[in-house]
Amino acid sequence: MDRSVPGRVGTIAPTLDVPAAPMPDPAFLRDDLPLPEVSEPEVVQYFTTLSQLNFSIDTHFYPLGSCTMKYNPKINDDMAFLAGFAGIHPLQPTAQAQGALELLYRLQDWLAEITGMANTSLATLAGAHGELAGVLMMRAYHLARGDAGRTKMAIPDSAHGTNPASAAMAGFEVVTLPSDADGNTDLVALRGLLGDDLAGVMITLPSTLGLFDTNILEVCRLVHDCGGLVYGDGANMNALLGRAKLGALGFDVCHLNLHKTFSTPHGGGGPGAGPVCCGDNLAQYLAAPIVIRTDGGDYEFSEPAGSIGKISSFHGNFGVLVRAYTYIRTLGADGLRSISGNAVLNANYLMHSLKDIYSLPYDRTCMHEVVFSADWQRERGVSGLEVAKRLLDYGFHAPTMYFPLIVHEALMIEPTESENKDTLDAFIGALRAIDAEATSNPELVQNAPHTTPVARLDEATAARRPVLRWEPEAAD
Amino acid sequence: MNPNDRSYTREHEWIIVEDAGTRRALVGITHFAQDQLGDIVYFELPKVGDTVAQLGKMGEVESVKAVSDLYSPVSGEVIEINSALTDRPELTNEDPFGEGWLVRVTMSDATELDSLLSAEEYNAFVAEQH
Repeated sequence: MDRSVPGRVGTIAPTLDVPAAPMPDPAFLRDDLPLPEVSEPEVVQYFTTLSQLNFSIDTHFYPLGSCTMKYNPKINDDMAFLAGFAGIHPLQPTAQAQGALELLYRLQDWLAEITGMANTSLATLAGAHGELAGVLMMRAYHLARGDAGRTKMAIPDSAHGTNPASAAMAGFEVVTLPSDADGNTDLVALRGLLGDDLAGVMITLPSTLGLFDTNILEVCRLVHDCGGLVYGDGANMNALLGRAKLGALGFDVCHLNLHKTFSTPHGGGGPGAGPVCCGDNLAQYLAAPIVIRTDGGDYEFSEPAGSIGKISSFHGNFGVLVRAYTYIRTLGADGLRSISGNAVLNANYLMHSLKDIYSLPYDRTCMHEVVFSADWQRERGVSGLEVAKRLLDYGFHAPTMYFPLIVHEALMIEPTESENKDTLDAFIGALRAIDAEATSNPELVQNAPHTTPVARLDEATAARRPVLRWEPEAAD
Repeated sequence: MNPNDRSYTREHEWIIVEDAGTRRALVGITHFAQDQLGDIVYFELPKVGDTVAQLGKMGEVESVKAVSDLYSPVSGEVIEINSALTDRPELTNEDPFGEGWLVRVTMSDATELDSLLSAEEYNAFVAEQH
């Protein structure tokens, strides 16, 4: 608006080549809309400059723990933009969309293979949406068996906040499952929760501490023996690709975050995809629709017999599914296996290169991410948040802060497999430099960032008194 | 720093008896709790008339860092909530033991207080957390 100059225009109205018509009743016309009067180059320059303020995986290292901000190969977009995929309509007769259905069918099959499950529904639109579908399936399973007294869902204290929210939305009472001193599920506490009122447990593997729960086989056995089910939060599947299958470990149902593990965009909260995979015991409850292949070789949408029903409009976020399909197809089984290998190697390299100066609450081999504590910096008056903000000045995205909640001053770093050793070394150098600054010049860190377009945002006021829409300044 | 005139939970709530005869008491969260939470942006408190159980969940507190559960130090009935927190949740950051109180309750069993921590025990408990 502040660039508007009266009379400046960015378009040339074409010569009238249709019969003139009278203007509508002036009562329906208004001239008070604050539309900017600008030229085309000004508009282009304005939005291009804004886009250059973006911080993204295509411009910077982005080690945001738990989010798996890996590189998204451009071939994914090329395939999603193919006219046959991009131009398809969800209401098109399936006979005219057999290629698209075949892609969905194959993706269902591959995701089931990767997780060691029997079948997949692609209808869910985000990780938490997949969780909700998964726990609703667990509920349907118990109710179908007449086992209506199973009202409790046990969830570890290190879990993503979406887990208890999903369980509560599905009508379960959430009970907290503590972690033991090594960061594994506390088996003594779990035994105390077993009973005919336990619907199941929701486990993230590796955990949000970046650790492989070495008690997992025993957890699955104990829960199954008491009649419960085991849900797998697949947010951290990047660590397990081609190495371990949740189904083989004893999980009954899980979701995958395609925007994490399978390199689809994390764009602004959506569109996403959080497919649900499950074993034979739960397959009949999968969210509709799923794609089946008929004896004649045609592909059709189908609703499983005991389905929890439709959970989204149409067939899920198709464009995202095309990208994930492309990623799997591009890499193949060996490629997927090297992803987990490199993701785990990178995280352990960071852990070993920094644990002398950043406190490591759980000092054991990590998986795809490492959780430090900024406790040693805090002793010098510099908080985890301030270390994270200072990283921005060094050209790196901040790690996840203050999560998981069981780690004091948590800094959760996930390098992913995308980055090479040079980038990791530069990042290690930055964190070591910030630690030195915490001693030599703590104010420099406490007031960071100094080089970004905006410095400290007032998060507290933004949350307490949110302004949710832009309004033009009142005219004088 | 933790006043001696009240009792504490291991979940970082405090309770002070205002009137022993009517078993009326005031409940809040500690300085340590607000410091760990950082800037508080929202409280979800029980409603007046709700019954709460000792160490049962009575609400939630949301800060810029995280959402955490609030636990009731005693069993009883909620008779008042601190309505000033609706517009100014930061009161609990600024004055956790005073103006930033959360709820007023009528205790159903005053002997439950015996199971809570004294200020001295709570100080030691907090020190242990580090």
